[in-house]
Amino acid sequence: MIAYIIRRAAYAIPILIGINIVTFVLFFVVNSPDDMARMHLGVKRVTPEAIENWQHERGYDKPLLWNGEAPGAKRFIDTIFFKKSARLFVFDFGRSDSGRDIGYDISQRMWPSLAIAIPSLFIGLLVNITFALLIAFFRTTYVDVSGVVLCVVLMSISGLFYIIGGQYLVGKLLNLVPISGYDSGLNAIKFVVLPVIIGVIGGIGAGTRWYRTLFLEEIGKDYVRTARAKGLSERGVLYKHVLRNGLIPILTGVVAILPLLFMGSLIVESFFAVPGLGSYTIDAINSQDFAIVRAMVFLGSVLYIIGLLLTDISYTLVDPRVRLS
Amino acid sequence: MYVLLWTDALIYLLVLVVIGFALYARRWEHLRAPWREVVQSRLGTGAAVVLFAYITIGLLDSVHFHPRLKGEDAQAAEPYSTEVISLFDVIVAPLREHVEKTYSAPFATHLYARETIELPDGREVREYPRLQYGGAHLQDPASDRIPDILHTSAIALVEALGVWLFCVVLVVGSLARLAGKTMQDRVRAIVSRRTVVPWDVILVTSGMLIACTFLVAHLGVKYHMLGTDKVGEDVFYQALKSIRTGLVIGTLTTLVMLPFAILLGIMAGYFRGWVDDAVQYVYTTLNSIPGVLLIAAAILMMQVYMANHEDSFTSLESRADIRLLFLCIILGITSWTGLCRLLRGEALKLRDIDYIQAAHSFGVGHFSIITRHILPNVMHIVLITVVLDFSALVLAEAVLSYINIGVDPTMESWGNMINSARLELARDPIVWWSLTAAFIFMFGLVLSANLFSDAVRDAFDPRLRMART
Repeated sequence: MIAYIIRRAAYAIPILIGINIVTFVLFFVVNSPDDMARMHLGVKRVTPEAIENWQHERGYDKPLLWNGEAPGAKRFIDTIFFKKSARLFVFDFGRSDSGRDIGYDISQRMWPSLAIAIPSLFIGLLVNITFALLIAFFRTTYVDVSGVVLCVVLMSISGLFYIIGGQYLVGKLLNLVPISGYDSGLNAIKFVVLPVIIGVIGGIGAGTRWYRTLFLEEIGKDYVRTARAKGLSERGVLYKHVLRNGLIPILTGVVAILPLLFMGSLIVESFFAVPGLGSYTIDAINSQDFAIVRAMVFLGSVLYIIGLLLTDISYTLVDPRVRLS
Repeated sequence: MYVLLWTDALIYLLVLVVIGFALYARRWEHLRAPWREVVQSRLGTGAAVVLFAYITIGLLDSVHFHPRLKGEDAQAAEPYSTEVISLFDVIVAPLREHVEKTYSAPFATHLYARETIELPDGREVREYPRLQYGGAHLQDPASDRIPDILHTSAIALVEALGVWLFCVVLVVGSLARLAGKTMQDRVRAIVSRRTVVPWDVILVTSGMLIACTFLVAHLGVKYHMLGTDKVGEDVFYQALKSIRTGLVIGTLTTLVMLPFAILLGIMAGYFRGWVDDAVQYVYTTLNSIPGVLLIAAAILMMQVYMANHEDSFTSLESRADIRLLFLCIILGITSWTGLCRLLRGEALKLRDIDYIQAAHSFGVGHFSIITRHILPNVMHIVLITVVLDFSALVLAEAVLSYINIGVDPTMESWGNMINSARLELARDPIVWWSLTAAFIFMFGLVLSANLFSDAVRDAFDPRLRMART
């Protein structure tokens, strides 16, 4: 098992290198640091000195890949690729274009993101599984048909509508919770409730429909027929057999996205002004802070790969038929 | 003077591909059968009719040209205006040209904000000024407005009924002709749902669409049916114009990604070995990068490029158009991996099946095996993915535009409408109409696309087909 995990983790290395190269090409080759400086300082009426200054402050004035002037190993080290991209491998994100320490910002902003993402995920899971089982229980009746149609309707509504509508209804008309903002400690709860509820409601349509197919697939299998034949009640069949086997793909799917919860939700966080990683990213995109976007791209990719790894491991754990190969 | 934008050209190409496929599919029974099943599903057909209406608007909106100048300017050396408009703009010219000063509510006759107005006798009062176009024909708006709206709608509905009845007679007549039966017999068959194609659904849906068209044609000229936005543009017009943007994002993205996904996916599954490793590596890497961030990074980079190469874009439209196309390409790059993986898995399965082994032993080349034996057998997966992706892409556009990494801010799109309107919710009384209009139009498109894609999936997915029998 450990050998398997190590081997799988080793597969991640070339992928991480690939991601690093993609971001490097995107940020430094397609557009030179020169272009970035111009973008930041304004295209017109900018002196070469100002550009040089801007680049020097942020360390963009070095050669891209090969520093011919420097001695020895510094030829590699004293380059943009090494300083800006290769340093990401040791999670050294450096400073943002406005001069803040990115690593520190990330460690601070992680918690609000998690405070919203984790409850949304688990409450959503519970709600969706309950609805899906209910629909599966009433399969081939009008409850099933109307349930599925309702799911499709819910799916077709833009996520933005849930957020804006929820904010307006709960925050403004009913005045139950503050519309946006965040606070430390337990005071955060009143800010977290609304985003979580909206996150759950927004996911009901797609989630319930997907889980329903999973459960129906299980219901059609032979062991369910055997369970019925031996006289188990429909409830027993659903809870004991269908639910357990249906949970396998659901849980492995959840495991895959667990690491990504750190990244937070871009839209929800920026609508509710939660100081998490999602709004951090959005702010960086809007203020065109390339260093932060680069760091977040890399961080997101690492978390995604960890998610893949966890999925594979959890498959082998919950389903012994999957061999370690 | 005709203008060909990049996305227009690709849309025409897409239309040609669809027509070509339809002509090809007509010749083969095994291709016709699943489509017949799609047509037979009542929800699917109803959704298809609505989709058809959306697509018609989108296509009309994809024929662009510089209009000829009127009046004195027409004698100039180049008698064309610099602005680019579409065929659709000409059809809804009243909607486009009726621009007020600023916000006004749906069916309003007065502006939303107070203004200082100078009376004829020199005094100044602050009150809500009358709109320039909305309800301008009314003598006394307070008392005449609602009767006038009802009266106009009634006329519109009567006209719509007439046109609809004409269509019904036409359809039933031709059906009777084809089946060699009487009209009464066909009517009875349609009403009691005995026809193979659910004509009752088609006729009712298109009846509603016709009614909507006539209502818009009558009321839209006299009023702003969905109000006006900050700069006084008709919101209804904006929502209609956004249809093209939504459709372009939903379809061109797939068109861009399809060749890569099909080619690489099948090659990986068929050849295995190092080809498989390479393809898997590429798609795992691309998939690992969070989609939104990749899009953001790419769009940021393009903004830098555009800021530094301003002279290569001749007009605002072409600039917005290139950005739209670029967005499609980036969305395509982030979304082809799913299809690629599915196709790889399917090709892996197919290559060991007897008929392909047999082809091998007859000495058929790899190329012919892929094009003649594997490709046709994975097409259903491609089709299902394409229709399922469509609605997700339309919804994604709104979200991306909200974070300013979507379509160009000058382009009409639902995302931009929502983005510019959401701050107005804080006003009192709130400006709700822009948001509502965008959400309703988007909902209509996405819902009908979802229902249609469900019907397509049910008909094409062999696994589901087995489960049902």
